[in-house]
Amino acid sequence: MRKPDPHAKLLFTGADWNFDKLQRVHDVIADIAHGELGLDTYPNQIEVITAEQMLDAYSSVGMPLMYKHWSFGKHFAADESLYRKGMRGLAYEIVINSSPCISYVMEENSMAMQTLVIAHAAFGHNHFFKNNALFRQWTDAKGILDYLEFAKGYILHAEERHGHRAVERVLDAAHALMSHGVHKYPRKRPFDLAEDKRREKEREDWFQQNYNDLWRTVPSAAAGLREDEEISERKRLLGLPEENLLYFLEKSAPVLAPWQREILRIVRNIAQYFYPQKQTKVMNEGCATMVHYTIANRLHELGYIDDGALLEILHSHTNVVFQPGFDDPRYSGLNPYALGFAMMQDIHRVCTTPTDEDRVWFPDFAGNNDPWATLRHAWADYRDESFILQFLSPAIMRKLRLFHLHDEAEDDDMVVKSIHDERGYRRVRQTLARSYDIGALEADIQIHDVDLTGDRRLIVHHRVANDVFLDERQAAHTLKHLANLWGYPVQLMEVDGKSGEILKIHDDAEPV
Amino acid sequence: MNIIDRRLNPKGKSLANRQRFLRRAREQIRKAVREASSGRSITDIDGGEGISIPMDDLREPSFRRAAEGGTRDYVVPGNKDFVSGDTIAKPPKQNGAAGGQGSPDGGGEDGFHFVLSRDEFLDLFLEDLELPDMDKKNLRQSESMTFSRAGLSVTGSPSNLNLVRTMRNSLSRRIALKRPRPAEIAALQAAIAALEESGDNPEMLSQLRVELETQLTKARRVPYIDPVDVRYNRFQAVPKPISQAVMFCLMDVSGSMTEHMKDLAKRFYMLLYLFLTRRYTHVDIVFIRHTHQAKEVDEQTFFYSTETGGTVVSTALAEMAKIVKARYSPADWNIYAAQASDGDNTSSDNPATVALLTRSILPACQYFAYIEVGAEYKDWLGRETDLWRTYKDVLAAGANMAMRKVRNRAQIFPVFRELFAKEGGHAQT
Repeated sequence: MRKPDPHAKLLFTGADWNFDKLQRVHDVIADIAHGELGLDTYPNQIEVITAEQMLDAYSSVGMPLMYKHWSFGKHFAADESLYRKGMRGLAYEIVINSSPCISYVMEENSMAMQTLVIAHAAFGHNHFFKNNALFRQWTDAKGILDYLEFAKGYILHAEERHGHRAVERVLDAAHALMSHGVHKYPRKRPFDLAEDKRREKEREDWFQQNYNDLWRTVPSAAAGLREDEEISERKRLLGLPEENLLYFLEKSAPVLAPWQREILRIVRNIAQYFYPQKQTKVMNEGCATMVHYTIANRLHELGYIDDGALLEILHSHTNVVFQPGFDDPRYSGLNPYALGFAMMQDIHRVCTTPTDEDRVWFPDFAGNNDPWATLRHAWADYRDESFILQFLSPAIMRKLRLFHLHDEAEDDDMVVKSIHDERGYRRVRQTLARSYDIGALEADIQIHDVDLTGDRRLIVHHRVANDVFLDERQAAHTLKHLANLWGYPVQLMEVDGKSGEILKIHDDAEPV
Repeated sequence: MNIIDRRLNPKGKSLANRQRFLRRAREQIRKAVREASSGRSITDIDGGEGISIPMDDLREPSFRRAAEGGTRDYVVPGNKDFVSGDTIAKPPKQNGAAGGQGSPDGGGEDGFHFVLSRDEFLDLFLEDLELPDMDKKNLRQSESMTFSRAGLSVTGSPSNLNLVRTMRNSLSRRIALKRPRPAEIAALQAAIAALEESGDNPEMLSQLRVELETQLTKARRVPYIDPVDVRYNRFQAVPKPISQAVMFCLMDVSGSMTEHMKDLAKRFYMLLYLFLTRRYTHVDIVFIRHTHQAKEVDEQTFFYSTETGGTVVSTALAEMAKIVKARYSPADWNIYAAQASDGDNTSSDNPATVALLTRSILPACQYFAYIEVGAEYKDWLGRETDLWRTYKDVLAAGANMAMRKVRNRAQIFPVFRELFAKEGGHAQT
């Protein structure tokens, strides 16, 4: 770690950047990030790109390599037309969860902006990617680029062999089901024969030890149950119910060719790779914002950047963490940067200068005087939902003036259920956390059964929560895609999540 | 840390995606392009074009929960004076699906708006049109030269050295002249050294020494690479054939031609010009306007300056024939002519017109199009104009010309397409 040196030379002056300055800034930031904040990052790779390349990256979900599909071209056309009209600015950076961690920075950025971007992406996001439990569990940072390379080649090859139309059909369908193509829980491991035998033996022993002749006299189950058993046995063999639609189709769809299954697998793997990002928006951005804010201030304190650069950085920072109120025309939901940054800063405050209230709410770490260790722990072991549930403090709720609205479809008005006061804190916090729960955000779709004896109809259930049904038009279109992959008719039913009662049956979709 | 400058990477990484997108939406885009072209000033067509297409085939659906209904809970920021138990009126329901331009799914009926590049636009715009007899002439006198490989030569610059050929020559020469291989010499030397060491068989030793001497001399005499081996790649400058065309715009500007008629004619000429520029590297335009006398003018004068006088069509044709003779030899140029007129002609001029047309104009032309422009709202009485009847006779004789009537803007493009449609429509009327 470098010693604070009041006479340290400025790393740069003025707005122009060059590769030498980038390197120097990166090195100094690395010292601060690793030495003072204790961050643990993948090696960095910073790539300078143009606006057009940024648009490119936008359209292919931010990845540097991606297979070809018309939808990316469509997004590019839409983004481009908005950008050209000046209706949308471009992000300053895009960062990829890979090892080395690739950050794209725009050539238009000033040197102060590049400093901000390096601190934000190359250290903030980078640390989060490397340490957060979800990312560790679900993504393979070292392998992703190779995998994408493979995927791109595979799909190109498939297009050559089977034609654009055929590949496009599979990809369209797979994309429609992409958000339901992830494993939400770690998979069961394949059975281990030795382990199975041991368990079998244990059971047998237990049975013999507890043998009671009395059970023989109990009347046998009614004949009606037999059928139930058959159904459950069949479902067990098919691995049903299954909520990973793409996985199910890949393994069990009767009419797909091997290359089609491989394409489903590719889309599924990419969906799985992005699955953690959906669940950690607030934390990921909060972490990166907290890191760049701290580092920018440290750089200034240590005399590495001048007042002008700091002000420019703070100006951008302030824009990013701006949170308009619900009645502001600019309001469009809670800003993950604002919420994340406010919470991280609050954790820092609770660790260093806690109030009595904080001591009551956060006895574990209030006043422990080690804010960065506390933050690192939070970054590593939580996702948005659990993070908010654990760490959202009354102080933040008061600061953002959060309140809880309850909306019943039949009622004319919405009700304010609770506000940022003593009685409401827990309720507000719980509700907010719930709204970040991916399980509550996305429709719960499951493959329920297959009519193997009849017309091989696939029966899909949507488990309805809070009486919110599926968007009908979207569902109809998606169902068609599902039917195309399955190869036989598909039926979608909406069932009550609690009672299992059938609430609604959609029109059957036939493959075309 | 690694810094990589990607700015110089090839552009258009997403081109393949864009092509896939255009292919998928081809039908809708084509329709939109056609519509855009009928409603818009022709000059705008030449630029890139923003178009809107329906979402039909471009939806990216997924299972998602409806935006309405059910029980919902929100946490929102910015509370000012609410306390728990207060009620807030619901915001008015939005009609239809939300999501304006470029929303991720573009859900609902909204059109999808984006910009086509000039080339993409023109490709679709002029799709399945073709120029009759286009490849008839390629120009010999060309605008640029290009170098192409032309065998090998014994002289040349070192950068053009053909290494493979040179080494092959060298090898065959060395074999032919029995140049000793380095390995053979090394073996001899080793044998001599061994004999010297052991000291027996001095006879053999001296024999070997003589042999070594001869081999060494031979190796010196036969060089490894000789100037006769060296070959260079030869490049030859060849003229790049450039197809070129000239387009004659003939227009009647007499008093009977209204602004509306001129506008129609202009639109037709613009289309023809665009079309020609897509097909030929080099296109010249000659504007000839006529009343009772014809004159070559510039574009501005052609379309906008007014003139009064009678109508003698043959003057324009004579002027054109003169210009062709003077500047555009039919051997070198692809000649296209488009004539616009309201159909008036001095009756006595008709025979002269026919004669000129059949004898000097049509033989020189690739294609001659006659557009008869009419007033927008005036009903034609079914009576054919002088010029129309005259040309009809020529056409009946199987000439390489076409004629059409146009009354309003919307007809221009269909007529143009009809004239240049691929299934050679130009003989029919």
